[in-house]
Amino acid sequence: MTKVVPDVICPFCGTLCDDIEVEVSDDGKTIVDVYNACAIGAQKFMHAQAGDRVTRPRMQQPDGSYKEVSYDEAVEYTAQMLVNAKKPLMYGWSSTSCEAQGVGHEIAEKVGAIVDNTATVCHGSTLIAVQDVGIPSCTLGEIKNRADRIIFWGCNPTHAHPRHQSRYSIYPRGFFTNKGHKNRKMIVVDPRNTDTAKMADIHYQIEQGRDFELLSAFRVALRNEVLPDFVAGIPKEKIYEGAELMKSGRFGVIFFGMGVTQSLSKNHNIDNAIMLTKDLNEFTKFSIMAMRGHYNVTGSGQVLGWQFGFPFCVDLTRGFARYNPGETSSNDLLRRGEVDAVFVLGSDPGAHFPISSVKKIAELPSVAVDPHITPTTEVSKLHVPVAFVGIEVGGSCYRMDNVPIDARKVVDPPEGVLTDEEFLTRVNTRVGELMGVN
Amino acid sequence: MDTVTLTLKTPPTLYLEADNISPDVFAGKKASEIAELHVFEGREQFQLGKYFDVAGSAATTAADTRIVVKGDTTRVKYIGMKMSAGEILVEGDADMYTGAWMQGGSIRVNGNVDAFTGIGMTGGEITIKGNAGNYLGAAYRGDWRGMQGGTIRVLGNAGSDTGYFMNGGEIIIEGDADVHVGTHAEGGRIIIKGNGKSKIGGQMVQGEIIVFGTIDVMMPGFKYVEDVEMEVDGTNANFALYHGDLGERHPKKKGQIVYGKLYQKI
Amino acid sequence: MSEYLIKNGFVFDPVLGIKGDKVDVGIKDGKIVEASDVSSKAKKIDASGKTVMAAGVDVHAHVAGPKVNVGRNYRPEDKLFKGSPKSGMKRMEGGFSVPTTFRTGYNYARMGYGFVMEAAMPPLYARHVHEEIRDTPIIDEAALPVFGNNWFVLEYLKNGEVENTAAYIAWLLRMTRGFGVKNVNPGGTEAWGWGLNCPTIHDPVPYFDITPAQIIRGLIEANEFLGLPHCMHVHGNSLGEPGNYTVTLDTLKQAEGFSPKGSFGRDQVLHHTHLQFHSYGGDSYASKSFESKSKEIMDYVNSVDNITFDMGCVTLDETTTMTADGPFEHHLTELNHLKWANTDVELETAAGVVPYVYNPKTFIAGAQWAIGIELALYAKDMMKVFVTTDHPNAGPFTRYPRVIKWLMSRKAREDVLDNVLKYGDTVRDRCFIGEIDRELSLYEIAMMTRAGPAKALGLAHMFGSLKPGLEGDVVVYPFNPETDDDPEKIEQAFSNCSFLVKSGQLVIDKGEIVSNGTKRTLWVDAKVNENPQVMRDVEQKFLKYYSVNLGNYEVTGHHFVPNPYVIEVDATQ
Repeated sequence: MTKVVPDVICPFCGTLCDDIEVEVSDDGKTIVDVYNACAIGAQKFMHAQAGDRVTRPRMQQPDGSYKEVSYDEAVEYTAQMLVNAKKPLMYGWSSTSCEAQGVGHEIAEKVGAIVDNTATVCHGSTLIAVQDVGIPSCTLGEIKNRADRIIFWGCNPTHAHPRHQSRYSIYPRGFFTNKGHKNRKMIVVDPRNTDTAKMADIHYQIEQGRDFELLSAFRVALRNEVLPDFVAGIPKEKIYEGAELMKSGRFGVIFFGMGVTQSLSKNHNIDNAIMLTKDLNEFTKFSIMAMRGHYNVTGSGQVLGWQFGFPFCVDLTRGFARYNPGETSSNDLLRRGEVDAVFVLGSDPGAHFPISSVKKIAELPSVAVDPHITPTTEVSKLHVPVAFVGIEVGGSCYRMDNVPIDARKVVDPPEGVLTDEEFLTRVNTRVGELMGVN
Repeated sequence: MDTVTLTLKTPPTLYLEADNISPDVFAGKKASEIAELHVFEGREQFQLGKYFDVAGSAATTAADTRIVVKGDTTRVKYIGMKMSAGEILVEGDADMYTGAWMQGGSIRVNGNVDAFTGIGMTGGEITIKGNAGNYLGAAYRGDWRGMQGGTIRVLGNAGSDTGYFMNGGEIIIEGDADVHVGTHAEGGRIIIKGNGKSKIGGQMVQGEIIVFGTIDVMMPGFKYVEDVEMEVDGTNANFALYHGDLGERHPKKKGQIVYGKLYQKI
Repeated sequence: MSEYLIKNGFVFDPVLGIKGDKVDVGIKDGKIVEASDVSSKAKKIDASGKTVMAAGVDVHAHVAGPKVNVGRNYRPEDKLFKGSPKSGMKRMEGGFSVPTTFRTGYNYARMGYGFVMEAAMPPLYARHVHEEIRDTPIIDEAALPVFGNNWFVLEYLKNGEVENTAAYIAWLLRMTRGFGVKNVNPGGTEAWGWGLNCPTIHDPVPYFDITPAQIIRGLIEANEFLGLPHCMHVHGNSLGEPGNYTVTLDTLKQAEGFSPKGSFGRDQVLHHTHLQFHSYGGDSYASKSFESKSKEIMDYVNSVDNITFDMGCVTLDETTTMTADGPFEHHLTELNHLKWANTDVELETAAGVVPYVYNPKTFIAGAQWAIGIELALYAKDMMKVFVTTDHPNAGPFTRYPRVIKWLMSRKAREDVLDNVLKYGDTVRDRCFIGEIDRELSLYEIAMMTRAGPAKALGLAHMFGSLKPGLEGDVVVYPFNPETDDDPEKIEQAFSNCSFLVKSGQLVIDKGEIVSNGTKRTLWVDAKVNENPQVMRDVEQKFLKYYSVNLGNYEVTGHHFVPNPYVIEVDATQ
């Protein structure tokens, strides 16, 4: 007989669905099936118990092969590396719990590290824009219950956040939106004709690299000022039409992603989108929200925020927190040769960073903490496997709208495998001993 | 003026944070005292004398103190930070934050500078013979009060985000400028003698931007007004005047809306 | 556990009636004891020439939670050049108007505070509030969930269902590990879900068709039905609007006819927070129109005995405003064009954040400053008025010692009017501050910062006094009431205490922080009769309208509230 664990939180993306049900074997040790999750989430659960799971740390040998070492040896190598570096980088944090992040920060404070998370190649642009112009936003339930104008700008939720439209943004019948998607109008802005764009009421097939201009044009249209005939490849009539559609709703929202955070202008795109949202509040209720990627990058930003005052790119080298993306961001630090050790936990820069940065990770003393073998682990000197948060250990996580949800443990980790928090706690103790501090 | 000469003898392995290289900090000190000032490499604190040979003494005041920096200082940050008077000459390149939060005096760099040069500047003069990196004369992250005063002149090219949130002062780029010039500006004047790219004057509330060369793509919120003849940095010419950014708010003075002004040489 | 004997200090304790006598104070096993009850092994703390009081109690500050963190994350400039390096056992500190959690704990401790109430907790974000509370060292804290715009409350009160409202409140306090009933801009913040507001207490909420007046009275009734330690804590409608004093008087009058129930010893049924922002006359901010209505407000407050309030005193700093009054923050950003953050929270509330500069060169900042102080100086019973700055809205909490200085010294107030404000004469004209010569005593300050707040929160059995049996929370300030007469000395001394014992542990020794303490999170567990209807309504709303599952709503897990202190209330009938 199997049993079904309800109210499970999916630890994959920022949608942080909390209605997953996991069927486990009678002895509670094996995941048998997953219900309600999207294909990506289901795969995360099912693959967690794959036969090729790494269960002990692996140290890179001179000939490039890896040899199994004990957790104690792994703790020692990590602690020595961090203590001996003049400016270590501690990166990642987006695929682990807030409890683990907190312990990581204690270590970073001791060794004067830079603490950075995946926002640095993702929604860091958003965080910078918010610092310049704020952000009128709401929780996802507000969208479900009130919103009738939905704009997806530079994102493709059908592929990247598969259950977003059914749980929150397009299909649900909420308190004031009891006709579901029939009550709603959808606008998509994307140079590509994506699967999301195909479902839009209006698809603006924008010229690449001109989002800043098109956002500006919408703001010009709202103020009834004159526009040139074309902006970003879009005729001005369509721009005025879009502005009217936005104004005519009762509650609108702009969701956005990498299409604008990581294309030309980056934070300026988000800045202008936020200002457009603010301008729209003169006419009707409007909100804007970032489609966060990793399931707990938001949490990393929150914990860094309340402990140090900045959401990413936090430089602790001078004994108090400093911040300036462009200087204290991981890729700039690696590109310029400004750090001398790299510790990665809860993300895969080997897959996501520019190859020039990955080469630096390969050259420097480096540790990668990850349940799986990844491009990052394969360039690091030490790979430390850990349990999956949300499957094998619980932990506090934050959704893309900043709502905190406590992920559950469903099964035990493989025998002897530590959690992030346990490994970091041991490293913290050892670092304290080496440095003679508590 | 009394001159202190710093010659780099030991390059850092990483980068040096040298916010103590400033006439205000050197004032009243002789060479041996200057050599004992702190610099940071990563989290470790060392003495200036570990990296630089120090010759000469400072004057009693910053205003009478001149600092000459020789050697390969490509990896030295914060030269001239917060200085209020006096002179600094960097013979080579300097890294980020050169003249950061400068209040007065002058800095000249014969080579290039990296990002955040003149960040938060309120007064003084910075001259860069080579190229400048991104965020020249910009505001610090989150601060709506950017450059307030002073002058920055770059003989080469500038990177992106020049004059971000500018409130006052003047920036002159004799070469070309990359994207995002004067974004969110509420005052001040930016002159580009070479070519611009795009996103010039985006979200501008007030202030002036003058471009002598080409602009690849104009912001949609800029509306042509008229041609004017002006003298700009020693050159007399005709310019097309545009008002903008029309997507942004603008204040009123004596009942008239005050726009940001973008001039392009005809 | 350690024993301490604080010897020879000048004690000020309004509960025991000690007005500066030299009294020794004993602490043993975490509690205050008679000095004669400590053994010879007690560590002796020499408080000669110094002031001794119970540790401070703050009834209202925004120090933990999502909007506070928005304030931190979106204001890097608030931390520029203001960090303190990590030293000893202290964690790194940063931030001025929105300090990091470590700095928050350390700065309150430096001011000799032992308990702080987080003013507004959005229930859906409760875990975030608790994580920040956990990471705030030394001080005990609790948090007030917001109820004034909650869909359950609006529907139950529309139907006059007080018992259902009470059952829902009890349930929500348990789900969120909350302390009491907070009511922010009643009805107006739900209207803000559509971009609207309720400017007076008689404007009905769109769709829900209930008025703020009904919400206020209904929450008072439900609160007293439960007999909770604290009363309904209200931030009235039309905060910050010229002429809003009429709305405030209407709000205060809703308390008429109610008397406190329960066994926690408070006298009030309504606590109005940051009353300064709600005491404005005139119809614009221009000096020819705007004026102080502190006299009218205090005439009413002094005439009743079931209301308390806190000042919300403006400190003339650049600071960050943050409140669940969403429409107000939108209004503010339209005035000063500074960066505006907003979050509407499904079924529950909203919040807004906007930086603000209380520029002493402007008339209005001077007038706002004056009004906050006038309210306190016109008060008859100092046990009913508490020192706050609605941190960080009117100013950072680190300015409490400055506020105390202004209350204690006419000279210090005159100095502001003559030398700090540009339009001091106009402020004298439009406000009353210039004609008030009252100077509060240390005894009265102890009422406003210790005994009064503790009693109002229903925590007089734990905090606010040096009565034996109460918590071992004692502070020694380097201020000699017999010889120190320079007002600047007041501010310095109350900013940096010499010794602080918190829960019987020495955390500040000779002005240095020596321990991170073992802070507790207080929350109220109210037992009510079983209420199947409310439980069914809860299930239905989670199924249909919330974006999280009911099974994931409650704050459980040791990592959120590692050191809880539960106050039990039996409200079964």
